[in-house]
Formats: sequence, structure tokens, C-alpha cells
Amino acid sequence: MTARLAARDITLRYGDRVVSTRLSLDVPDRAFTAIVGPNACGKSTLLRAFVRLLRPGAGRVELDGREVAGYPTKALARELGFLPQDPLAPDDIRVRQLVRRGRFPHQSLVAMWSPRDEAAVAAALAAAGVADLADRPVQELSGGQRQRVWMAMVLAQQTPYLLLDEPTSFLDITHQYQLLGLLARLRDAGHTVIAVLHDINQACRFADHLVAMKGGRVVAEGVPADVVDAALVTEVFDLPSVIVPDPVTGTPMVVPTLQGE
Amino acid sequence: MNVLRLRAERRTVLLATALVGLASGLGLLGLCFGASWSSPGEVVAVLTGAERSVVISDWRLPRVLAGVVFGAALGVAGAIFQNLTRNPMGSPDVIGLDAGAYTGALFAITVLSGTSAQLATGSVLGGLLVSAAIYLLSLDRGFSGLRLVVIGIAVNAMVTAVNSWIVLRAELEVAIAAVGWSAGSLNGVGWADVRLPFSVIAVLLVLTAARAHAMHQTSFGDAIAVTTGVGLGRLRLLMVLIGVGCTATVTAVAGPIAFIALAAPQIGRRLAGAAGVPLLPAALTGAVLLQGADLLAQMLLAPAALPVGVVSTAIGGCYLIWLLTKEVGRA
Repeated sequence: MTARLAARDITLRYGDRVVSTRLSLDVPDRAFTAIVGPNACGKSTLLRAFVRLLRPGAGRVELDGREVAGYPTKALARELGFLPQDPLAPDDIRVRQLVRRGRFPHQSLVAMWSPRDEAAVAAALAAAGVADLADRPVQELSGGQRQRVWMAMVLAQQTPYLLLDEPTSFLDITHQYQLLGLLARLRDAGHTVIAVLHDINQACRFADHLVAMKGGRVVAEGVPADVVDAALVTEVFDLPSVIVPDPVTGTPMVVPTLQGE
Repeated sequence: MNVLRLRAERRTVLLATALVGLASGLGLLGLCFGASWSSPGEVVAVLTGAERSVVISDWRLPRVLAGVVFGAALGVAGAIFQNLTRNPMGSPDVIGLDAGAYTGALFAITVLSGTSAQLATGSVLGGLLVSAAIYLLSLDRGFSGLRLVVIGIAVNAMVTAVNSWIVLRAELEVAIAAVGWSAGSLNGVGWADVRLPFSVIAVLLVLTAARAHAMHQTSFGDAIAVTTGVGLGRLRLLMVLIGVGCTATVTAVAGPIAFIALAAPQIGRRLAGAAGVPLLPAALTGAVLLQGADLLAQMLLAPAALPVGVVSTAIGGCYLIWLLTKEVGRA
């Protein structure tokens, strides 16, 4: 396994509140990495450190051996695409306009808008399955459609890396699986996908590499079938469970033993 | 193939053309209007150099150009701060930057000798001081546009009180001049007053145009702006400097002209049917609004000329009330 993107002994904090200390993680290239863990375990914070929204107090985040803090902002934006948990759309914006803004890191004062940008936007709209919504105002769309539109914007950025913070959280179950399927196809097309996911069973089914976090630490990482067992689920989520093979894919499936009362 | 983009662009181009036409029309009217009415033919003859008229070329022309250029500068300053605060009320006149620039100018008149260089420097420093104060006061665990606006409104009230106090303490002659100017007025603006401000504003507007694309990108929130390649810290600083620069330059010459910066960006946005608060429609709408308001100010009680700030405040006040009720309803 090779890893262009890695965290080395990073300490992450918001003001005085320390989230992670001396955390290290290699992100396998061209794979789907899922980060799971209970609320406030530091998984979103870690993602923000990878895309330089949060600077480590100590240690470094590296891309190709070079600290991400040293990259020019636009150069890094051509490598790492990021979708926050609750992105903000300006009033009255239409789908195509929004997706076009994903081209920003590829443009400059002398090269404003090229046929390449146009092609990238068209490809992104098609890949995210929102080409038919292109002329609609974003405000009018359903939650599932909107999430796919945001995916299209990140895809228009044409980055090798896609980092997604809980991309499924506001979606109904059908749209959750459709989005995860899209991420798997993007991985197959050569992207490196890193997603914070809530549902460990979805993570086991779709991810090549699972990272389990608790209290700001990486508790376990590896191929889901190798790392997920009842002991890990108890340790990370404090939830008694049995692990059975997923009847569809054979990947680990966590069935909590907790019942009513 | 890209119908929507063409449609959106065509609308912006059409709007820009219409606004430029409207501003030129109002400008022409401004050149015709005065104690004695000149025909448009005369005005054109003077502009092309075929005839000479001191009244038109030395009295009315600088005033009309000031209306258009200062209006554009105020519109851009408003759009910048509304973008930064993500709030339609976050404009320099509402959050006290005009008042702060005016304090600086008053200081230059009353304490120093009041040369135009001192006025300009005083205004810029006053504006910068107030913006720094508002920013620091609102910086409680991260940046919040709404908090900045609310604190700015309070700071505006305080700085306005300070301004009144300075005027009361000043010598009578200075005080009378200062009060006439405090409403914001283009009365008596001549070439000597506008040469430097026009050059400063031209530089600031070119800088703004160069960074407009990045500014618009920030309407997606900090996270996406940064991860799509906007150097947010530097952009914010540059934009604050440009916004304060525009506001202070106008204030140094014409006093604090209220509400153009507040209303122009939002009107321009609605006319353009655009997302976010775009800069070009804001500039052009500002030019039309200020030139139109100045014409009204000259005509309403002619031959006595009202300060343009009185007219813009009267119109803008109604707009602000409407905006407040809408914002409160949304909160």
C-alpha cells in the first residue's frame, strides 16, 4: 500500500480544547477509506486537518512528503477536494452555477473560463447524476438531490482526493446507498475517497480501509473484515454486539445485542 | 449548449448596459440643470470642446462625475462588506465606517489645519480604526457576521455622538462648515477636490475587479472557499482595506453619504438575478443611485440645494426599515 497523503504525529486543538494528540495515519492511494467512531471522537477534526482548515499544533500533514501548509492554496485545491457536512449555498444560485464554482482552483486572471472547464462541469454533472437538474435553483431541490449537486461541485474540481464529512447524514436510506455507490464508482475510476461515516455497517460494506477512532485516537485500522469484531465495537462505541457476515456482500455486519428496557 | 450561462450573462450584460445608459442620462441631466438651464446640445458642444462654458465644465461636470464615481465606490464598498459579513445590513454606513471616517476628517479640520491631504488621511485612519475596533469587539470565539453588524450599529451610534461633541466644541465657523457637510453633500465640489480621490478610487476599483472572482467564491462559506483555493485571510484583509479606502475617500470629499452602500448592492443583486452579492451591479447601481439622489437634492428646494445625504437617507431609511423587518422575520 502506498500513501501520498499522511498525518504524522499531529496534535489538533480548538483553542484550549485538545482533540487529538500525536495522531498518525496513512491514507491508502486510490482506495475508499471510511473513518468511523462515536460523536465528538475527532473524526471531522482530522478531516479538516487534512484539507488545511485546521492547522496542527504539532506534527505535520504531508502530501507527497511535503507539508500541506507549504502548498499554494490553489495548488492544494487541485489535489484535495472537500465537502463539509453542512455546505452553504448562496441565495438564488442554480445548479450549474454552483457546480461551475468548483473550477475556481483551475482558473486565474489570465485564464478565466475555458472549454476544459466547460467539459469538466458537464462530466461532473453527469457523474453525480444531476445533469437534468442543471438549470434548477438549488433551494428548490430535495436533500438527496442537493447532496448530489454538492458532489458534482467537488467532482468539477477534478481532484485526485475526495474528502467528505458525513456525506450521508441528511439523506434517507435509499439516497445513502446511492451516494455510497457513487463514491465506490469514483474509487474505481481512480479517486482516493476519504469519508467520515456514521453507519459502521455501511462503512464495512463500501470501504477498502476502515479507520476506527475514539477520544481523538485511532483505535484500529485496516481492511474491515480484518479489524471489525465484537471487542472493537465494544471498545469504540461501547455497544455490545455480535458480528455476522453481511448476507449480501459477506463483509462484517454489526448486530447490537442491546434490546428494549 | 450552455443556455443558462448565456442567459445569466446576457442578463448581466443587459443590466450593465442599461445602468450605464441610465447613469449617463442622469449625468447629462445634471450637466443641464442649474440656476440657468442649458440645453443638451449646449452640454454636448461643451463636452466635445466645440464651445466653452465655465459653468458646465468647471462647476457642473466635476459634481456630476463625483456623483457617478463616488456612487460606484460606495456601491462596491457596500457589496464588499455585505459579502464579508454575509448580511445585507453589513454595509459601511450602517456599521459606523462612514461615521469613523468623518471623525477622522473632523479631527483634521478642528485640530490640524484641514488641508485636503490631512482630510483624506484622517478619513482613512478613522475608518480603519473603527473597522479594527468592530472586528476585535465581535471576535468572540470565531468570526460571526451578524455579531459584527450588531456591534457595528452600536459603534456607529457612539461614533456619531463623538462627532456631534467635536462639532459642538469647535469654533463657530468650522462648526457651521462641518454641520453642512455632516449630512453628506456634493454641493460646491470642484476639480481640485476630486482629482486625487478619483485616482485613488480608480486604483481600488481595479484591485477589486482583479479579486472579484475570489470574493464571489467566499459566498460558499469559509470551508469551501478555502478548499477550492481562496487564500481567505489575505483576501479578507485586502477587501477590508479596499472597502474602507472607498468609504473614507468619498467621506473626505463629500462627508458621510448614508444608505447608498446599503441599498445599491442589494438592488443590483435583485436586478441581476444573481447569486450572492455581485460587485459590478453594485457599482453601477450605486452610481445611478447617488447621481439620481444628487439631482433630486438640487431640484427639490431649488434654488436652495439640499445635501445629497438628506435625500439618500430619506430614501434609504425606508429601505432599511423594510430590510430590518424582513431580517427579524427570518431570524
